[in-house]
Amino acid sequence: MSWVTKTLNSTLGRKLLMALTGIFLILFLVVHLAGNLQLLIPDNGESFNIYAETMANNPFIRVVSIGNFAFILIHIIYAAVLSRQNKSARPVNYATSKASTNSTWSSRNMGILGTVILIFLIIHLRGFWYEFKFGEMPTAEYGGMIYKDGFKIVSEAFSNILYVVVYVVSMGFLAFHLSHGFASAFQTLGLNHAKYSPLIQKIGTGFSILIPALFALIPIVMYIQSL
Amino acid sequence: MKLTLKVWRQKNNADKGGFVSYPIDGISKDMSFLEMMDVLNEQLTEKGEDPVHFDHDCREGICGMCSLHINGKPHGPQQTTTCQLHMRSFSDGETITIEPWRAKAFPVVKDLVVDRSAFDRIIQAGGYVSVNTGGVPDANEIPIPKKIADEAFDAATCIGCGACVAACKNASAMLFTSAKISQLAMLPQGQVERKDRAEKMIAQMDAEGFGACTNTGACAAECPKGISLTNIARMNREYFTAAVTTENV
Repeated sequence: MSWVTKTLNSTLGRKLLMALTGIFLILFLVVHLAGNLQLLIPDNGESFNIYAETMANNPFIRVVSIGNFAFILIHIIYAAVLSRQNKSARPVNYATSKASTNSTWSSRNMGILGTVILIFLIIHLRGFWYEFKFGEMPTAEYGGMIYKDGFKIVSEAFSNILYVVVYVVSMGFLAFHLSHGFASAFQTLGLNHAKYSPLIQKIGTGFSILIPALFALIPIVMYIQSL
Repeated sequence: MKLTLKVWRQKNNADKGGFVSYPIDGISKDMSFLEMMDVLNEQLTEKGEDPVHFDHDCREGICGMCSLHINGKPHGPQQTTTCQLHMRSFSDGETITIEPWRAKAFPVVKDLVVDRSAFDRIIQAGGYVSVNTGGVPDANEIPIPKKIADEAFDAATCIGCGACVAACKNASAMLFTSAKISQLAMLPQGQVERKDRAEKMIAQMDAEGFGACTNTGACAAECPKGISLTNIARMNREYFTAAVTTENV
């Protein structure tokens, strides 16, 4: 398999892995958001809890979720590898630089944006994923069936203003990360075309605003409900 | 015009180097940037000092020899080569900072001169056609759609100055390499070695120690010849296609 490792170890191959995992994570965001918006249905968490339980027991989703963690790890590891490689390509920096005249801030700071998102991810996984999976969960009963009451954990967390602020600010970082990452992934895959690239750019901009905004809406609304 | 030049001076590659400020007077706004540098060097020579070394050749904007990172931008404030930059782009009394291209693959030779032979080695790795193409072909002898011919020509206008590497935050040579791969990938003469070319040139580009691409677009924005990012996308396609279809196991 030497040609595979050779290709994936080249600068282009490493970028390919970043793009492919990035696109998968973009898709994951959509599914994750669709599920989580059920937190806002005013039924005291019934839809959300049933949905969460169904997802947790679905073998297909379990496989995808392992893949999701793997892709997040690959995305992080290759980001670190590429950042190091890129930094070493310019050992002496310029004394003056007007980079803002030729590129966007987000495109030049994907590593910083990604690092903040990683910190958020750790807080997020510890607060919810770990609790759902290994913590002592309260339960709720719907139609004679016992479900883990994830809704309760979430609504308690989001009654804390500090938690809400962390979530909303993190979504801002995600927005900037996506504002470059979405279209950039397609360019890396070689998908650049006069007909489709402007559309990809527009969808990317819309996606980077809409998805983080809807994610941020959840803690804000739940905080207001807790008052 | 009266100016202060903050120039990077470095004796040789082993020297640490540093900025030296030179006040300069009597510069006409109609002078090119390199003519202004000539004035400085004449003054330095008259004083018995070592003139500032910088690369230049045709001074017509076509050879790709001039470089210089001027006030934070490769080739200065205009999207052109340094030799085509004129002093009217600066204001009287301004301090102009002049640095060499900064990249591991472009080591400083002296002062503002960097060694760009890494680009030559990328070309040597595959940026050629080994078939005998004969003399200049008659017009329309080789049928190529006008649009394709134009695109190939646009890629071929790359003069290899290295502004893309200088502008890129990763000192990446993707715009240069992609232009050189594209100009041949689109033409019939380039088909025979098409896949090998992509693999070999990219392997050489990586071996030279250039960075990867973050798609910031800084390279295309600063390129004096307006080479576009579509070439990088094409290079990626060429490379990935070559990886999965060649018989180079």
